[in-house]
Amino acid sequence: VWDACSEALIVFEKDDLDDMGYIVENDVIMSAITKQLDAVADRVEVFYGSRAVGYTWPLPSHSCDTSPWVQIELADGRRLQTKLLIGADGHKSVVRKEAEIKNIEHRYDQSAVVATLHLSEATDNNVAWQRFLPTGPIALLPLSDTASSLVWSTSHEHASELLAMDEEGFVDSINSAFWSNVNHSDFIDTAGALFRSAISLLKPSGTAVRQLPPSVAKVDPESRAMFPLGMGHATEYVQHRVALIGDAAHRVHPLAGQGVNLGFGDIACLAHHLSAAAFNGSDLGSLKHLLKFETERQRHNVSLIAATDVLKRLYSTRLAPLVLLRTWGLQATNALPPLKVRI
Amino acid sequence: QLSLFRLTMKRLFSTSHSSVDSKEMKKFQLVAHKWWDEEGEYSALHSMNDIRVPFIRDTLLNMSSNYHLGSPLSGVKVLDVGCGGGLLSEPLGRLGASVTGIDPLEDNIRTADQHKSFDPVLAKRIQYKSSSLEEIVEECMETFDVIVASEVVEHVADLEMFIKCCSQVLKPEGSLFITTINKTQLSYVLGIVVAEKVIGIVPEGTHEWEKFVPPEELEQLLESNGFSVKTVNGMLYNPFSGSWSWVESTSINYAMHAVKSGAREHSSPTDTLSEVESEQPSATAGTTV
Repeated sequence: VWDACSEALIVFEKDDLDDMGYIVENDVIMSAITKQLDAVADRVEVFYGSRAVGYTWPLPSHSCDTSPWVQIELADGRRLQTKLLIGADGHKSVVRKEAEIKNIEHRYDQSAVVATLHLSEATDNNVAWQRFLPTGPIALLPLSDTASSLVWSTSHEHASELLAMDEEGFVDSINSAFWSNVNHSDFIDTAGALFRSAISLLKPSGTAVRQLPPSVAKVDPESRAMFPLGMGHATEYVQHRVALIGDAAHRVHPLAGQGVNLGFGDIACLAHHLSAAAFNGSDLGSLKHLLKFETERQRHNVSLIAATDVLKRLYSTRLAPLVLLRTWGLQATNALPPLKVRI
Repeated sequence: QLSLFRLTMKRLFSTSHSSVDSKEMKKFQLVAHKWWDEEGEYSALHSMNDIRVPFIRDTLLNMSSNYHLGSPLSGVKVLDVGCGGGLLSEPLGRLGASVTGIDPLEDNIRTADQHKSFDPVLAKRIQYKSSSLEEIVEECMETFDVIVASEVVEHVADLEMFIKCCSQVLKPEGSLFITTINKTQLSYVLGIVVAEKVIGIVPEGTHEWEKFVPPEELEQLLESNGFSVKTVNGMLYNPFSGSWSWVESTSINYAMHAVKSGAREHSSPTDTLSEVESEQPSATAGTTV
């Protein structure tokens, strides 16, 4: 991970840690999930190609004759009822809207361009690269020895241009974004170099040897796409008989690559609390354990979303003082193993 | 001839010959519709499920070797005496048990029936009946694997008869679970003054300190009526968090688990005679309607 406006960089290496993470293609995940669903087909029914068009919420107090469960109407006219409705329908969640849960949202004036890229030469492709340009971070995530995934967050206009470009132009833009030094200023470079020497005096191994990102040769033709970026957080994750998970509850900038991981964390936490409740014979839609899920996840998610937002703003500028701050900050973080391990 | 004599005695003294206290019934009548408001009058009973259901579940799981994944109480026949609105019957039903819930107050049974009717699984697993314990003894001899009498014995008129009836409807080596309140200065201060009058977590007038039962007395009554007491645990309610926990001291609330002895009950002439003898004194000592 490094800055376009200075020489500062930070490297996370596997030697100090267990497997740092895994990059898995969406199709692979979908296929694995489908296999698991088939294995429990007697307990889980999936209605493919269907849509919910209406929800009827239960009244909170049980003094009346109407059903205390959530009623759902499907597009094909079928009606379902449930003790607990889980909204996993993305950042424009209809469940959240219908349940009248307020959402704090903020649109970044950025869009992300994604594509599957073919590298110029086959390499031991096990490094994820991210460079913070003033317009936004560009990231290369390894898929195989010859292919990487692109996530380039940039202004809406630039994103549209990138999509409209021919393949050669697109590839050139990517390579230039990773290699060009136009954004460096002598002042920052000198200040950075000074700081680096200071660190190496105190901590000889504290600066990293510079590795080089791969260069790109081709793009998968159908794989270029763009989507607008924003931040979002629901004020409540749960209500009586309703729970929100994933992007329906929270939406984050891709610069930290954490969006889907937050969702996975939500699932693990909700499953844990629901299974404890079931073992106690509780009504699954009861707020008591749903609130425990909400507290646990909000505590975790809010700090990460806030930190990501701060990083995004910090790296969105060319202003010298802020660049200097982040340069020194990054160099210092790179030199401090305990901090890197925590991250 | 002997059975005719018994029947006559029963009819003559049926109004006073009961473990049901009619004054108690009037108290519960007023709040019969409030059972299922989790934040309302009965919130402490709702949160008591967090400890009493695992207590029942784990005790039974430890005693048996069958385990059905996802349905730990499958195949167990439970009698919930004084079931009220069904607060304890429903979780036990969800864990797989076949539950019969009885309560002398018809309004309670009505509320319980209505609440379970929306859940297709529970509607079949739980049966409610407006009845006292004595009234079902004859048709339910040695029928149940488990009896739960939670927050009930402090409301009954004749505790020893209540226990005898429990023994009659319980299978040999069946389990009896009781939760109730101790009769101590502390339970008066915290259980009545604070709980009812100060904080109001229990509706005022629900409890009478005179009818609280010390665990020693309960244990003695159980042991002398064919039960073996296996566990006694103190319980404590935290009004700030609204939650219950297990504690060493039984000075306020406590739970007890007893097992009926394995020898089969046989109705012999000598047994029936002794029942008739004990009927007479308690008929005069019973409360009037």
